[in-house]
Amino acid sequence: MLKLIDDIENPYSPSGDRGGRISVHSTGMGPRILSDNKGHDWEELLLMVSNDKDRVAFRQLFNHFAPRIKSFLMKAGADPTMAEECSQEAMATVWNKAQLFDPARASASTWIFTIARNKRIDAIRKIRRPEPDELNWPDEIEPAQEDALELKQQSEILADAIQNLPDKQRQLVEKAFFKELSHSEIALETGLPLGTIKSRIRLALERLRHAMG
Amino acid sequence: MKNDRKIEHHLSENLLMRYSNGTLCEAFSLAVATHISMCDDCRAALESYEAVGGALLDVSEPEEMSDDSFENVMALIEREPAQAAQVTVRSESDIPSALSDYIGGSLKDIKWRPIGLGVKQSLLKTSGNSTARLLYIPAGTAVPHHSHNGNELTLVLKGAFEDEVSRFGPGDVEMADEDLDHQPIAVDGEDCICLAVTDAPLKFQTLVHKLVQPFLKI
Repeated sequence: MLKLIDDIENPYSPSGDRGGRISVHSTGMGPRILSDNKGHDWEELLLMVSNDKDRVAFRQLFNHFAPRIKSFLMKAGADPTMAEECSQEAMATVWNKAQLFDPARASASTWIFTIARNKRIDAIRKIRRPEPDELNWPDEIEPAQEDALELKQQSEILADAIQNLPDKQRQLVEKAFFKELSHSEIALETGLPLGTIKSRIRLALERLRHAMG
Repeated sequence: MKNDRKIEHHLSENLLMRYSNGTLCEAFSLAVATHISMCDDCRAALESYEAVGGALLDVSEPEEMSDDSFENVMALIEREPAQAAQVTVRSESDIPSALSDYIGGSLKDIKWRPIGLGVKQSLLKTSGNSTARLLYIPAGTAVPHHSHNGNELTLVLKGAFEDEVSRFGPGDVEMADEDLDHQPIAVDGEDCICLAVTDAPLKFQTLVHKLVQPFLKI
């Protein structure tokens, strides 16, 4: 019989249980809380880089994302020098691949996260990353502005929801997501019993799901 | 590659999350990328996890960059002029391109090695301790009864197999751990080809299999 595994140290738990899955494709509006990113339209800035090679726009993206990519890579185990170097390379990739950015498919922070994540795999873990085939998207005559807007709103709701998690839950979600830590390692690091950690992570994911409407 | 059949057995949350945050090993990533190429549900779920990653990145505490950081980035960009942006298009082959890259072609190009009872395998080269292999199981044939030291993921590419748990067809994923002692049998009618990924050697139950196992690299 299959044993229920939900430790992150196992590469998987049995399939079928989708209870904890967070959907960014859900409809409806959760509570709106203003995030401190308000006033910046990262998508617009990224499109300015893509269309016009706009250095002023790129500088703004750099100021926000480069220090956060560095922080992500340090959480993933890179030393500060390595993290600095990889963050610079990731930002160069943002510039070079800006034309591939499609605001109807991902928010700017999600797209930049995938670049940082790939940098983590190539430069820090030094392994190959098999990629799924791209979907064939139909050539649309009109840019999918509604899709882009909806995605942007949902991403903002998600970021706000994460920001508004109680500190302890947010730290656990960050640890579980960014670090290569199993639940038992998190238990060692935080001094919390394993059961507490699992239920807190589950609770945090639940709250995120509710916030997403 | 297009898969018209409804996929019933999907990737776990854990595999999807680890693929999305870049902590999964190469062999399991190969299986995840192959399944996602065939399964829009898991693709959407992956995108959700990537959105969580993006949101966490967005709200994370920044680390201070060095003073010349931005100039360095601009110098990097000058030095390596942007290459034509490329996207991986959906493979016209009978298998997703993630997998055909490892095979060096399509299913007919696999270099099989017999491992007994008509079953054949082909090891794929991946880094790390996990192993990825393709298995060819003739219709109606059973893979020798085995249990696992670690975790095993089996993704059906062609045909179907049945075991004590369920029936698995093209695109379906079966997860097994050390508590599952199973005997997959390829269903009648079509030979079955699977991608099998393990993070520890399989335990076969007959003495003969135990003896030959080191030579077969199972």
